[in-house]
Amino acid sequence: MQYLLTLYSDEAGWNNMSAEQQKQGVAAYASYSEALKNAGVYVGSNRLKPSTTATTLRATNGKTQVLDGPFADSKEQLAGYYLIDVPDLDAAMSWAGRCPAVQHGIVEVRAIWSM
Amino acid sequence: MQGAGCADFAINTGSHRRVHEQAHNTLETVVRNSRAKLVAFLAAGSGDLAAAEDALSEAFASALSTWPQDGCPQNPEAWLLTVARRKLIDAVRRQREIPSSEELEQLEGVMEVDAENGFPDQRLALLFACAHPAIDPVVRAPLMLQAVLGLDATQIANAFLVSPAAMAQRLVRAKIKIRDARIPFRVPDRCELPERLDAVLNAIYACYAEGWADAAGADPVRMELATEAIFMGRLLVELIPEEPEAWGLLALMLFAEARRPARRNARGEFVPLMQQDCGLWDRQMIAEGEAALSRASGAGMIGRFQLEAAIQSAHTDGLQRDGVDWSAVVRLYDALVQLTGSPVAEINRAMALAELEGPQAGLYALEWVKTDKRVNGYQPYWAVRASLLARAGKNEQARQAYEIAIGLESDPAVRRYLQQLCGELPE
Repeated sequence: MQYLLTLYSDEAGWNNMSAEQQKQGVAAYASYSEALKNAGVYVGSNRLKPSTTATTLRATNGKTQVLDGPFADSKEQLAGYYLIDVPDLDAAMSWAGRCPAVQHGIVEVRAIWSM
Repeated sequence: MQGAGCADFAINTGSHRRVHEQAHNTLETVVRNSRAKLVAFLAAGSGDLAAAEDALSEAFASALSTWPQDGCPQNPEAWLLTVARRKLIDAVRRQREIPSSEELEQLEGVMEVDAENGFPDQRLALLFACAHPAIDPVVRAPLMLQAVLGLDATQIANAFLVSPAAMAQRLVRAKIKIRDARIPFRVPDRCELPERLDAVLNAIYACYAEGWADAAGADPVRMELATEAIFMGRLLVELIPEEPEAWGLLALMLFAEARRPARRNARGEFVPLMQQDCGLWDRQMIAEGEAALSRASGAGMIGRFQLEAAIQSAHTDGLQRDGVDWSAVVRLYDALVQLTGSPVAEINRAMALAELEGPQAGLYALEWVKTDKRVNGYQPYWAVRASLLARAGKNEQARQAYEIAIGLESDPAVRRYLQQLCGELPE
């Protein structure tokens, strides 16, 4: 079954890091992706640009409203995702627990609704 | 047990009535003895607890309508499993016109087994799924009561003092999560077992605690909950006899339950442990508790439930003989505090310490607990504090502490008892 791991983090945290720390952070994610690939569970992943670049749309009474900014106005913002294919929630949780985002943010695990 | 006991076959000839009764009795016995095993097997095989329960209910209904006419099958359990399995597969087909290969693959485990030759016992896997870390802790105990014991949402809601609609919704949501997020029905690996087992033990203990809260036994549903929790405790030690904490939990529940008849006097008034009539305690249950506790300590691996059971044992044993060994009780509380860091354990430790070294020592120990903000709204903290202050002759402070304890108590019998103690303080 496929699971989407969505990664949330405090963007200020990243910006406050030194260049060296940021480099280490990126390396941690690269090793994590590599581990997922080696285990044969990796389907896809992406990192998102900062939430200040987000645009939110919704239609009310047939009129589309466009807002500058992310949907949820919270400290932790969606920062990226991993799509993995594993047998069950225990396996998904076990991978989610090893994601670097758990150390500096939040990881949400959701099963994919297969069509 | 949908429909059980309410079907009327309107057949009045003697022999038919006998067949009818026999069918009923057989079904009732199978329901009681095999329900959990059947649900567990169907749920583990399909990954869908709600569908497993529904399929089994339909199988029970079908047994009620066919057994009285055709006679009881040779192997009633296998008959029920065969019917339930067919219902389950039909249900999956109905849900989707073309089930995905994944869904069919999931069902294979259910389809493969030859019901006549027995089927694997998945009850432990079911308990672990109900107490899975991804399930909201407040719904774990209710989920077990429903899945393992077949209690309906209204019964469970009454016991946990929430509305039936809210409880039904929580249960439905949890079962959908089990199915859709694919929470596995399996016994965890060695390395994660201790933590996962804790969740199962805590959920069973939560059932017991709800039943225990109704001391007077005025509410049959809640009292039954204590019995059901002990039933699950017994089931757990049968399934994992090598786990000392499972034995510890069983012992703890048995010690507590044994004292139930003495917790209120004939007038329904609260009787504190130290003043209970030991003659009213259930000796057989205490003996069973002692046996469970010694079985646990044989493993040489201490845990929270074993410590709590040992503390109970020290009280019941001491009160039946020549007094409680308070230094032993304090040592056990020391270990419990160290292990759990629980303020509740610290409060009880202070009470035991006061028995050993006097009220000042107890009050001093309580000062340490007070730094924990949670205790401000915790009745036993104030009741213990009041009683120690009274014993130290600080009547005015004792009165104030009693007032707070009385304001926090919800059980009328305990409230009256605290009011009485407060009223007895010298001016």
